[in-house]
Amino acid sequence: MGAPFNKNDDSVVVIIGTGASGGVLANELAQKGVSVVALEAGGRYLPDDYVNDEWASFGQLAWTDPRTTSGDWRVAKDFSGLPAWIVKAVGGTTTHWAGASLRIQDHEFRARTVYGDVKGANLLDWPITLADIEPYYAKAEDKLGVTRTNGIPGLPGSNNFKVFEKGAKALGYKNVHTGRMAINSRERDGRNACQQVGFCFQGCKYGAKWSSAYTDIPRGEATGNLEVREKSHVLKIEHDKSGKVTGVVYVDSDGKQHLQKARIVCVAGNSIESPRMLLNSASSMFPDGLANSSGQVGRNYMRHMTGSVYGVFDKPVKMWRGTTMAGIIQDEARHDSSRGFVGGYELETLSLGLPFMAAFLDPGAWGREFSSALDLYENMAGMWIVGEDMPQETNAITLDGKVKDKHGLPVPHVHFDDHPNDVAMRKHAYQQGAAVYDAVGATRTFPTPPYPSTHNLGTNRMSEKAKDGVVNKWGQTHDIANLFVSDGSQFTTGAAENPTLTIVALAIRQADRIASQMSKGVL
Amino acid sequence: MKKEIAEGLTRRQLLSRMLATGTLVAIGPGFISAPNTAWALQVNVIQPGTMATLIQMARDIYPHDKVADEFYVTAMKGYDSETKKDMVEKGVSELNGLAKAQGYASYADVGWEKDRVALLQKIEGSAFFQTIRGGLVTGLYNQKAVWPVFGYEGSSFEHGGYVNRGFDDINWL
Repeated sequence: MGAPFNKNDDSVVVIIGTGASGGVLANELAQKGVSVVALEAGGRYLPDDYVNDEWASFGQLAWTDPRTTSGDWRVAKDFSGLPAWIVKAVGGTTTHWAGASLRIQDHEFRARTVYGDVKGANLLDWPITLADIEPYYAKAEDKLGVTRTNGIPGLPGSNNFKVFEKGAKALGYKNVHTGRMAINSRERDGRNACQQVGFCFQGCKYGAKWSSAYTDIPRGEATGNLEVREKSHVLKIEHDKSGKVTGVVYVDSDGKQHLQKARIVCVAGNSIESPRMLLNSASSMFPDGLANSSGQVGRNYMRHMTGSVYGVFDKPVKMWRGTTMAGIIQDEARHDSSRGFVGGYELETLSLGLPFMAAFLDPGAWGREFSSALDLYENMAGMWIVGEDMPQETNAITLDGKVKDKHGLPVPHVHFDDHPNDVAMRKHAYQQGAAVYDAVGATRTFPTPPYPSTHNLGTNRMSEKAKDGVVNKWGQTHDIANLFVSDGSQFTTGAAENPTLTIVALAIRQADRIASQMSKGVL
Repeated sequence: MKKEIAEGLTRRQLLSRMLATGTLVAIGPGFISAPNTAWALQVNVIQPGTMATLIQMARDIYPHDKVADEFYVTAMKGYDSETKKDMVEKGVSELNGLAKAQGYASYADVGWEKDRVALLQKIEGSAFFQTIRGGLVTGLYNQKAVWPVFGYEGSSFEHGGYVNRGFDDINWL
C-alpha cells in the first residue's frame, strides 16, 4: 500500500507540519518504509514561486493567522498580532531561514548544572548530552550540506561580512568567519551554488539554501511512502479510552473537516502551534490538554535573546548584496559569568532590504532621527544577535480566552517577559556590536530591538522526569506513548545557537527511534 | 464633484503654502500644472486642503529631503476614499485646530519642521496619527520607484544575483 493513504488507514504515522522537523522526519521514515501522512497547513511553493520582494514574499509565505500577545517585550506593542515571523507552507520555515547551522555546545545541554540556580529561571538539564546527539549532528550536516563541514568550503565574504570581519578583528575577536551555512558554496546534492542573490529570507530561488520543501519532501514522496496533504490545518488530536492517540481532525482549503486515523502522531507545528494543538485537544480524560500532566505544555517559551546592531559609514556598504547571514563572531558564545550573565551569544551578519529596514529598524519611530538613518541605507552594515534566553514558566503559549480563529478554536496567546539575564546579555551584545562597527569608523550605530520571533522554542520541553516537562529524550510524550513532539518546542533550554541544525538532528534521531519501536511492535 | 488638487488648492494657495513653510522649495510652479505628475492627483472625496495637509504630514513624519513630493503623494492618495474620509477630515481638522491655537492659520502654515513636529507629538497617540504613520511604512518605503533614491536595488534574481555584480566590491576598508 503506497501513498495516497486512506483516511481510515490506522497504520500510518501522521506528522503535523513539514518544516525542519516534520519534513525531515517524514522523509526519514518514508525512506525506512514507514507509511506517512504529513498534514501541512500551508500551500506548496518552490523556487520558481519565490519572489525577491520582502512584503510580497511575506504575503506569500508568512503565518499570519490571528495570535495575541502580552508581556514586556516590544513585539507585544509594535507587532501585537505577529509574535512570530514564521512560514505557512510546505517546507515550513525552512523556506525563510537564513541557513546558519551550528551545534549546541556541550555545556549548554547541561544548563542547570553549569549555570546553577538562576533566580526566576526554570532551568533544567537536557536529558541528552552532546555525545548522544553528535552522530545525528554529523548526519544533519551532511544532509543540509553545511559549509565548513564534510570538506565543504565556506561561502565567500560579502561587503557586509568584510565590514563585520574587519571590526571584529580590530576588537581582537578570533573566531570570525563566513559561518557554517546550509547554503551551497558549490553545487552539491542536486542544489545550485549560491549566486549571492541576497533574498535568503524570501526563499532561495536557486535552491542553494537547504529547505525541506525541495529536498526531503520530494524525496520522501518519491518512495511512495509519504503523502503530503497541503492546506490541511489540524484542529485537534483524538484519543481512545486507553489514552492512546487515534487520529487527527483537520480542515481542508474548502473548510471541510476530515479525520485521518493514525498509529502514531508526531506534532511538528513550531513552538506556538504545537502546544496550541495539544491544549485545544483537551478532553474529559485530559482536561488540561494532551500530554500535559506536568502542566508544562506551552510553558518555558523561549525566543532567543535577540536584537540587531546596524552601523552607518561614510561610504557605501550595500549590505543587501549577497547572502543574508554568512558571517559570524563566535567568541561571545562561551559561558563566562564575569560578563554579568550566564550563557552566551553569537553575532551574525544580517541585512534587510529597504522596506523591512523601515519596518524593523525602530518600530513606531518617526521624525528626522529615524528618517536620516534610512537616508544612509546604502552605507549601512548590519548584524543580528542571537543568544541564550532563560526559560521562564510564565513565558507561555496559552489559549486566548476571547479571540477565536475562523474554525472557532481559541487562538494562541503568546506572553513573554525578558529575564534580567536576557536584558544584561542584550546590553553587552549591543555594546560589542556597536564596538565592532565603531572600530571600522561607523558614524552612527543603532541598537535595534528584537523582531517578531523566528526562533520559537521550549513549549513542550524535553525532560528526564515526567513532572518537569512534556516529552522524554526521544521527543515521545511522557503521558501518551504514541504521541511525539518533533519540533523545536522540545528544546529544554535555548542555547546560543540558531536552532535548525539541532531540530533536524533530533528529527533524524526520532525517526530512527520510531522506526525501531514500530518494528519491535512496541509502538 | 471631482476636484483637481491643483485647482482646488489653487496655485496661489499652494505657492503661499510653499512660501509659508519653506519646506517645499524644491517644487517649482511648473510642477503644479504638469498633467502627468502625481500632484495632478484628482481628489474625489476629501477636501483638497485635507490632502495637502496629509502630504505635508507624511513628509514631517518621515522626512527625506532627497525624496520628491510625488512619492509622498502616492503614499497618501488612498485616503481619498469614502471609507477613510471621516477619519482624515476629522484628524486634519484637529491638527489644524492645534495650529490655530498657537496663532497659525493651519498646520501647513507652520513654517519650521520642528514646530510642526511639536504639533504632531501632541496627537502621536491618536488612532489618526498612528494610521497615517503605520500606513507610510509600507506606503512610502515599499514603492519600488523610491528604492533607487536610497540606493536599494530590489530584486536581483533576474540579473543572476550579485555573484558577478559586486557582492564583495567594497573598496574603502
